[in-house]
Amino acid sequence: MNTDTAVMVRDLRKSYPDVTAVDGIDLDIARGEVFALLGPNGAGKTTTVEILEGFRQRDRGTVAVLGHDPAHGGRAWRARIGIVLQLASAGPELTVLEMVRHFASFYPCPREPEEAIELVGLTDKARSRIASLSGGLTRRLDVALGIVGRPELLFLDEPTTGFDPEARRQFWELIRGLRTDGTTILLTTHYLDEAEALADRIAIIASGRIVASGDPASLGGRATADVHVSWDEPGAPGRTTEKTPTPTRLVTELTARFGGEVPGLTVTRPSLEDIYLDLITEGRS
Amino acid sequence: MIGNPEAAVGGPTTVPALAPEQAVALPGVWRLGLGRGGVELKAFFRDKMAVAFIFGLPAILLVLLGSIFGHQAAARGVTVGQLFTAGMIAGGIMATSFQYLAIGIANERETGMLKRLSGTPMPPVAYFMGKVIQVMVCTVAETVLLMAVGVVFYHLHLPASPGRWLTFAWVFLLGTAASSLLGIAASSLPRSAASAAPVISLPFTVLQFISGVYVPFNDVPGWMRDVASFFPLKWMGQGMRSVFLPEHAAALEPAGTWEHGHIALVLAAWIVAGLVLCMRTFRWQSHQ
Repeated sequence: MNTDTAVMVRDLRKSYPDVTAVDGIDLDIARGEVFALLGPNGAGKTTTVEILEGFRQRDRGTVAVLGHDPAHGGRAWRARIGIVLQLASAGPELTVLEMVRHFASFYPCPREPEEAIELVGLTDKARSRIASLSGGLTRRLDVALGIVGRPELLFLDEPTTGFDPEARRQFWELIRGLRTDGTTILLTTHYLDEAEALADRIAIIASGRIVASGDPASLGGRATADVHVSWDEPGAPGRTTEKTPTPTRLVTELTARFGGEVPGLTVTRPSLEDIYLDLITEGRS
Repeated sequence: MIGNPEAAVGGPTTVPALAPEQAVALPGVWRLGLGRGGVELKAFFRDKMAVAFIFGLPAILLVLLGSIFGHQAAARGVTVGQLFTAGMIAGGIMATSFQYLAIGIANERETGMLKRLSGTPMPPVAYFMGKVIQVMVCTVAETVLLMAVGVVFYHLHLPASPGRWLTFAWVFLLGTAASSLLGIAASSLPRSAASAAPVISLPFTVLQFISGVYVPFNDVPGWMRDVASFFPLKWMGQGMRSVFLPEHAAALEPAGTWEHGHIALVLAAWIVAGLVLCMRTFRWQSHQ
């Protein structure tokens, strides 16, 4: 077992009575990496992650998470991973600090509870009852409970759903800080900008299969895909757009033709969203 | 390592070759169980609904029922107050064990708290140790409260003989154990956090009526008494009457005796059945 690998998955399969949720997935996540799993609802994201977390049993395939099979992960293994789950707002009648301190007691080498609370920006609410927190603040508590055990590998399932933009930015900084400390992070998200901002690598999952994986800049052939060059052609209605694999040559030609500035020139590579939508559409068909 | 004097003196530090899982021992099970118990108790006594409806209600009902049916003497020197106190102690034990566990665990399961705990290195046994601690403390407190109400309002005489206290102890322990295991098993019945309280409390209220908690068991129609005889509460109430009522009151029981052997047998059978049910049905995750 390669100790540089945090997560290794080969030919993972899982079916439910009426649907095949995961249909042969391979994954490798290196230690220290932030890895994002993107995909529409029902694509198999949650099933995959829950198998890795040890919450679900797989039908077939090989899985190693920090060198252990999660289906037989003991306490020592659980102490090395952190799972951020969404708690419904009606928690027990405890304060934020009491709850984080209680969870810290489960781990052999936890963070100071106050430190975990500080990291998620809940210090002002440390002595408030959990039930009194707003939805966004409850999500921060969820994160604090996931990181208080000082995990080597952190699972984050759609962590910023319901965050306002400022809270999202703060959360991104937190993730970057954890990454700097060497924490491996597996993130699932609906937000493409979030994946692009945080992830070292992205895998896109559709209909139970990985349809593309790679770094955000080159995912799905993004770096080599045709580029859209648009400009205002005098006399022509609207914008003129040309798709080309060689945008520099086209712009050079246009520059020569217009004798300098090209009116309204834009050169755009496909966004991650364009690539994503193309891939999941192909994956479904 | 910052602040390690040996590191400063001894030149370059070497990282220990131990894997992190071996470097520091996991916290002990007993410590975690006690910690769970503390958190459970704190959450219980801060929860106004639990304190009012689980802990307070039996005492309130005892005051009401005793006052309404008053000090009218029942047959052969047994006051209705004594009868209600004994019955309500049995009902109170089942409220703080069966009812609270069933509703509480259903809530924890449906809100995701159980799943979250099962994703940590907390050993499952620590969770159940916490429940045992919480139930024992609350059930003892409930029983003391009900005895105090009986003594203050209804001239209940606490038993003087050690033999009666011994009976009290085994009826209390077997009754609490059987009710707790049934409560854990019944926590799988509600399908949402919101429905947990009604789904559990409705049948529990019916059971209390037919088991002689709210009305003297003698006044319950025969077929209802037969139904009640399948469940532990009727036997717990009978056991408590044998502790708190005069010896000659045994003649008022349907069998004409206290039937201690039957009581122990039925409660023990429910402990076994409850344990099997728990092991077969307990889930850390909601069905959704």
